[in-house]
Amino acid sequence: MKRVVERLLTPALLIAVACAAVAGAPQRAAVRAEDLLVSRAEIGRPGGQLVINQHAEPKTLNPVTAVDSVSGEVIKNTIADLIHVNRETQRAEPALAKAWTMSSDGRRYTVTLRQGLRFSDGDPFDADDVVFSFRVHLDEKAHSGQRDLLTIGGQPIAVRKIDQHTVQFDLAEPRAGAERLFDGVAILPRHLLERFHTEGRLADAWGLSTPAAQMAGLGPFRFKEYVPGERLVLERNPYYWKADRSGTRLPYLDRLVFMPVTSDDAQTMRFQSGEADIASKMTAASFDVLAKAGQAAPYKLVDLGAGLDYSFLFFNLNDLGSSKLPDTARKQGWFRQVAFRQAISLAIDREAIVRLVYRGHATPLWGHVPPGNKVWINRSIPQPARSLDRARQLLRAARFSSKPDGTLVDQRGDLVEFSIVTNAGNSERVQMATIIQDDLRQLGINVHVVTLELRALVDRLLKTHDYEACVLGLGNADGNPNTEMNVWLSSGATHLWSPEQSRPATPWEAEIDTLMRRQLTTLDPTARKRLYDKVQELVAQNLPFIFLVSPNVLVGADKGLGNFRPAVLDPHTLWNVEELFWRQKRSSGTP
Amino acid sequence: MSAASRQVRAWASLLVILNASVVFAGFIAPYAPNEQNRNLPFAGPTRLHFVETTGQFHLRPFVYLVVSTPGSVDKYEEDRSRRYPVRFLIRGARYTIAGFAADRHLFGVEEPAKVFLFGTDQFGRDVFSRLLVGAQISLVAGVLAAGLALSLGVALGALAGFYGGWTDDAVMRIAELFLALPWLYLLLAVRSVLPLHIDPARAFLLLVTVIGFVGWARPARLIRGMVLSAKRRDHVLAARAFGATDMYVLRRHVLPQTAGVVLTQLAVLVPRYILAEVTLSFFGLGVAEPVPSWGNMLAAVQRYDVLTSYWWMFLPGIALSPVFLLYYALANALHEHTALLSS
Repeated sequence: MKRVVERLLTPALLIAVACAAVAGAPQRAAVRAEDLLVSRAEIGRPGGQLVINQHAEPKTLNPVTAVDSVSGEVIKNTIADLIHVNRETQRAEPALAKAWTMSSDGRRYTVTLRQGLRFSDGDPFDADDVVFSFRVHLDEKAHSGQRDLLTIGGQPIAVRKIDQHTVQFDLAEPRAGAERLFDGVAILPRHLLERFHTEGRLADAWGLSTPAAQMAGLGPFRFKEYVPGERLVLERNPYYWKADRSGTRLPYLDRLVFMPVTSDDAQTMRFQSGEADIASKMTAASFDVLAKAGQAAPYKLVDLGAGLDYSFLFFNLNDLGSSKLPDTARKQGWFRQVAFRQAISLAIDREAIVRLVYRGHATPLWGHVPPGNKVWINRSIPQPARSLDRARQLLRAARFSSKPDGTLVDQRGDLVEFSIVTNAGNSERVQMATIIQDDLRQLGINVHVVTLELRALVDRLLKTHDYEACVLGLGNADGNPNTEMNVWLSSGATHLWSPEQSRPATPWEAEIDTLMRRQLTTLDPTARKRLYDKVQELVAQNLPFIFLVSPNVLVGADKGLGNFRPAVLDPHTLWNVEELFWRQKRSSGTP
Repeated sequence: MSAASRQVRAWASLLVILNASVVFAGFIAPYAPNEQNRNLPFAGPTRLHFVETTGQFHLRPFVYLVVSTPGSVDKYEEDRSRRYPVRFLIRGARYTIAGFAADRHLFGVEEPAKVFLFGTDQFGRDVFSRLLVGAQISLVAGVLAAGLALSLGVALGALAGFYGGWTDDAVMRIAELFLALPWLYLLLAVRSVLPLHIDPARAFLLLVTVIGFVGWARPARLIRGMVLSAKRRDHVLAARAFGATDMYVLRRHVLPQTAGVVLTQLAVLVPRYILAEVTLSFFGLGVAEPVPSWGNMLAAVQRYDVLTSYWWMFLPGIALSPVFLLYYALANALHEHTALLSS
């Protein structure tokens, strides 16, 4: 049995906190001592609020049914999970679970819960809440976003209560890094949500109009108020289960204020003028505008280096049948040739993309694991420098030829010409496409850049397959290959170049399928890394995606904000929101 | 010759020169409009020097090689070790004027130095060259679209005014319908149903047709009114009495009376259609990159970093005002001239 010892807990630190010491806590008996987790961060001072801009308004506060990232950004602060991936170290750590053990066959996890914890409404938390939460997340009718992740080997994880503070999880087959599955699985208050669940109305629960008293969670903050179009306010959870080294209960901040500010530029201006305290996921252009103020600025900016997002160009390799889209089907004759894709890849000036589009805040890419993912990157993937000559050689070998005026034609004499679609809202992708257009012009290939609204674009990519090539980006939420199954399995829904194949179209796609499935059940980390290295090699050789760059993670915060330790993993700036504090007392501008 | 007609001539010839010079854009522009200098993004206008670092004065202006400051994206320094005098009729990128290929440019400097009179954009493309070549699209689109709108308007207006009755009713009701349509939204809607990947030349023609087609109603109403009054004049009635055909009367007696108004309308409509092209391209619905137009060049200014950091990116917007002023001055002079004739 492998025992994971709780690293964050200093020995014998069971702080007995009298309930009266906690602001607003009910007087009725806190009999048991609380298993508080002690943060090792700098000791801060309580008080103040943090104003955060969001691109849109949240749609719900329901952690089970929320699918949009904006709602997710808010909800993350109100929930807690059993085991949490530390965004800084990228390792799984105990959260609501005090410790856990894994059986030797890798199929059974036994989790010991912290004792004496309370939800943000003061109700006690125990194993029944855990069992209830997993029942909800695994219920098909609840439409939880977590359901797929918690279904292993085709079967949902079996959850069983051993005693008030011990829960046992059984997996149908061993799963590498299974403890990471618990990250982000919100533990729900049974006393508030069971009624909704049994009545099948869970999707209606916890909307934005729900009174704050009817919601509770285990996160550092709890819902206070929502003013449509203006702000959403979370207030401090007085029962939160973390404390600092001096015994002060976290979080330090009194309130989080989320404000909808739709455009990037408006967000930049608000941050610049101090109307917002923190900025995540800034564009390189905004970052540089803000950086012009230099040291005198009241904010500090951090370029965290390569993140986990990657952008790429890909061609339509779907089986288009015989009749519809004959033009695209004809062009697929080129797209399907690996040599053609390699030539395109060799012609693309990635350094120019880094410099012109991302103003230096990006890293060129030749494989799908960006350098920000230090654990999984295969560093032996070749990184061929841009070479138009080699690209031309490859094309000649593939029986393409140049006309006297320099334009490229295929063996039948057809002009090599195609369009690249991308989403109009993303100026960086449009700019990348413009650079690629000019790069390929030098090979004699005529490229049109077409911008589409995102929904129309996704519809073309996944449903109608009416496109020729596309520039897009993907992100990996926690850097782990398991979250990318959907992209690399030929049956996956985001296997973008040819999604949801009934069986792999090419031998290398079949091989990737096998490797991805094997790494899923391989428990030995080294063996698993070897399998994923091979996947990266196959992808880099066959180039279903022609990788472009990985943008750096650019963030900023007011200089007065203590414990601001942004991370490459999402949420970059608020992952340790309970530890953030203001070094000086600030007059709060917004109520 | 009256003062009014002298003015008309002056403004009209200025405009003819302006539009003609646009034809020679490829010659005047020192570089190809889509030539990217990837090591020179957002370089400011190149400084023309007359005095060397040694203090020596040169009558022929010269430039220094501009190199980017290490570690920065948009900061540049001059390498003063060698001067590059501005040369005239220098060989450069190939271009065509009315079908003739050429490679001589009005001015330029020896490579590797560059002369960017109006700086460069994000891809290091010469804003001055793009402004000139973009004018081909933007100004010509304005003239063509106005011509189209006006010919449609005159034809339909004359038809309605001359024949009256149900023809008049039908044409005028349709015209009212067109007037009531919010044109920007209509254009957005029309553009969204057009095929997605069409090459820039066809996109341009489509753009002109669309914006010209929706604008016929206002001139048609004007012409109809004039035709209505003209056809009741004594000499027209007399011509009819002598058995003149409809066509003859229209051509000989009615339409000539509308000429002044038509020309004035033309001078008013052209700037409006230039603006329509700029607006559409600004929203990404007009001419697509990498072909420049004043609208898609201005689209870059939508970005906050460009807005605050690179003033020369506004130049296409500033270039619009003298063009508009010329057209409005011409319209004004034409109006006075016509008023003088009819009084």
